[in-house]
Amino acid sequence: MFSLKQKEEINGYLFILPAIVVIFTFVLLPIGYSIFLSFFKVKLLGGVQYDFTGLKNYLTIVTDERAKIALWNTLKYVIIVVPTQTMIALILASILNSGIKFQNGFRIIYFLPTLTSSAALTLIFMWMFSLEGFMNQFIGWLGFAPKNWLGDPRVALNAIMVMNIWSTVPYFMTIYLAALQDIPRAQYEAAEIDGASAIQKFLYITVPNLKPITNFVLIMGIIGTFQLFDQSYIFSGGSGGPSNATLTVVLLIYQYAFRTMNTIGYASSMAVVLAIIIMIATIIARKINREESLY
Amino acid sequence: MKGKRNIKEILLYTMLIGYGFVTLMPFVWALSASFKPLSEILKGGMNIIPESPTLDNYKFLFHVSPYFPRWVWNSFFVSLTVTVLNVIFNTMAGYALARLRFRGKKIILNTILAVIMVPAQITMIPNYLIMKALGILDTYRALIFPSMVNATYIFMMRQFFINFAKDVEEAAAIDGLNRIQTFFRIVFPLAKPAIATQSVFIFLGMWNEFMKPLLYINSQELFTITQGLNSFKGQYATYWNYIMAASIVSILPIVLLYILLNKYFMHGIQLKGDK
Repeated sequence: MFSLKQKEEINGYLFILPAIVVIFTFVLLPIGYSIFLSFFKVKLLGGVQYDFTGLKNYLTIVTDERAKIALWNTLKYVIIVVPTQTMIALILASILNSGIKFQNGFRIIYFLPTLTSSAALTLIFMWMFSLEGFMNQFIGWLGFAPKNWLGDPRVALNAIMVMNIWSTVPYFMTIYLAALQDIPRAQYEAAEIDGASAIQKFLYITVPNLKPITNFVLIMGIIGTFQLFDQSYIFSGGSGGPSNATLTVVLLIYQYAFRTMNTIGYASSMAVVLAIIIMIATIIARKINREESLY
Repeated sequence: MKGKRNIKEILLYTMLIGYGFVTLMPFVWALSASFKPLSEILKGGMNIIPESPTLDNYKFLFHVSPYFPRWVWNSFFVSLTVTVLNVIFNTMAGYALARLRFRGKKIILNTILAVIMVPAQITMIPNYLIMKALGILDTYRALIFPSMVNATYIFMMRQFFINFAKDVEEAAAIDGLNRIQTFFRIVFPLAKPAIATQSVFIFLGMWNEFMKPLLYINSQELFTITQGLNSFKGQYATYWNYIMAASIVSILPIVLLYILLNKYFMHGIQLKGDK
């Protein structure tokens, strides 16, 4: 028979086995496979056929016009969305935390967009911006002619940006709200005795105290925005249009992997580059957070 | 002094109510369209209350549209199955990592922590090929298998069990229960709050998932609701009355869940912020 220690060991493996099997099959193995694929030209003809091409896929990215457009769109999206949503979330959380009545009521209503699927949200926004939609009714009421918002390349990505800021703000606001409870009241009381205004208290007490949370929110925002796919896909029916205006990096990876023939290897090389960028961002953020918590 | 305070409060409430309006307006506008006949939508107008309210759009979804009820059912089935499997597997793994001694535990824990950081984009292409090789593409299993364990919640369960008093389990051992009996009869019920939190988020995540069904499901009758909404848009391009009714139906179960289990939603988000 087994000793007590051996029994515990067997139980340990038994308990962790399902997790290990799934993580190995659908995360670890695919990572290795993805890196492997990125060095090959892959053909799907019934079976899978691999032709080794070395670094060619990676070198192609640099000269690919559509990759440049996708990267530019994604960067524009990250640079505008991340700071805006962080700021709005922080300001809303501070107002909610300033001893307002119905705090919970506001919080519950604000949270609604965060719960809703990207698919439903995108359709609702497309309806808002459609020819018969709210935006056109509203500008018509102001005396302007209706516009074809959805077909206008200059509007398309902006509409997605507004939508994502709107749906992500409540999530980060909730994180900020929890963190605001931990700021010692005494700091605010001391500032009040010194005659500080509400805005001064916000800038010199709230913002510095929340710095580690802000780092967390910024990095989660960067990771999320770099991965933009659903909204662009639904908005453009998978094409990235109008005129490539909603083409993002992940949408382009999807197109090369599943829409065009024999470019799975190339798509994998782009996915590897994207994953490296995202992981570097994550690691930097964790480092910053750890250093912050020393103080 | 009192007057100044009042002005400040009015300003703050105005901002909060204004943002509440911005939050709710798109939903109200969508809900309104779902009760309007197409003719009224094409006519234009900013009225929220339909001039000739109708349930025809919803009737169309459930009686005329061939697949819509099936999509709702598919999403329910897949989300519920994934949630149950996650609760069992994540809790077991978290418990083993917190409580049991076995070789390789440290490596496994570190691997799980690293897996939390892996973005889904790097696994989406190879997973397609792996599932093709396993012959499970275009089945429920293609959605369930890769999602039936979640590294984030394994770690959350581990943290929960580490901060959890051992004496109950020791008492159970004295009563002659073995580890597995102890786990399912004693530990599981005690971990209810942590389990509720992960259930809510896993169900929500699966219900709202768009990319995985898009990649791994091909047959219309196996579509999930999100994927169905997208194909609905392709099919009924400007029939906003149908599309909005479908969107509202897809949101409804989540809103109900949110109202019933509100505290677990808030709890879960705050946990993530503490990480």
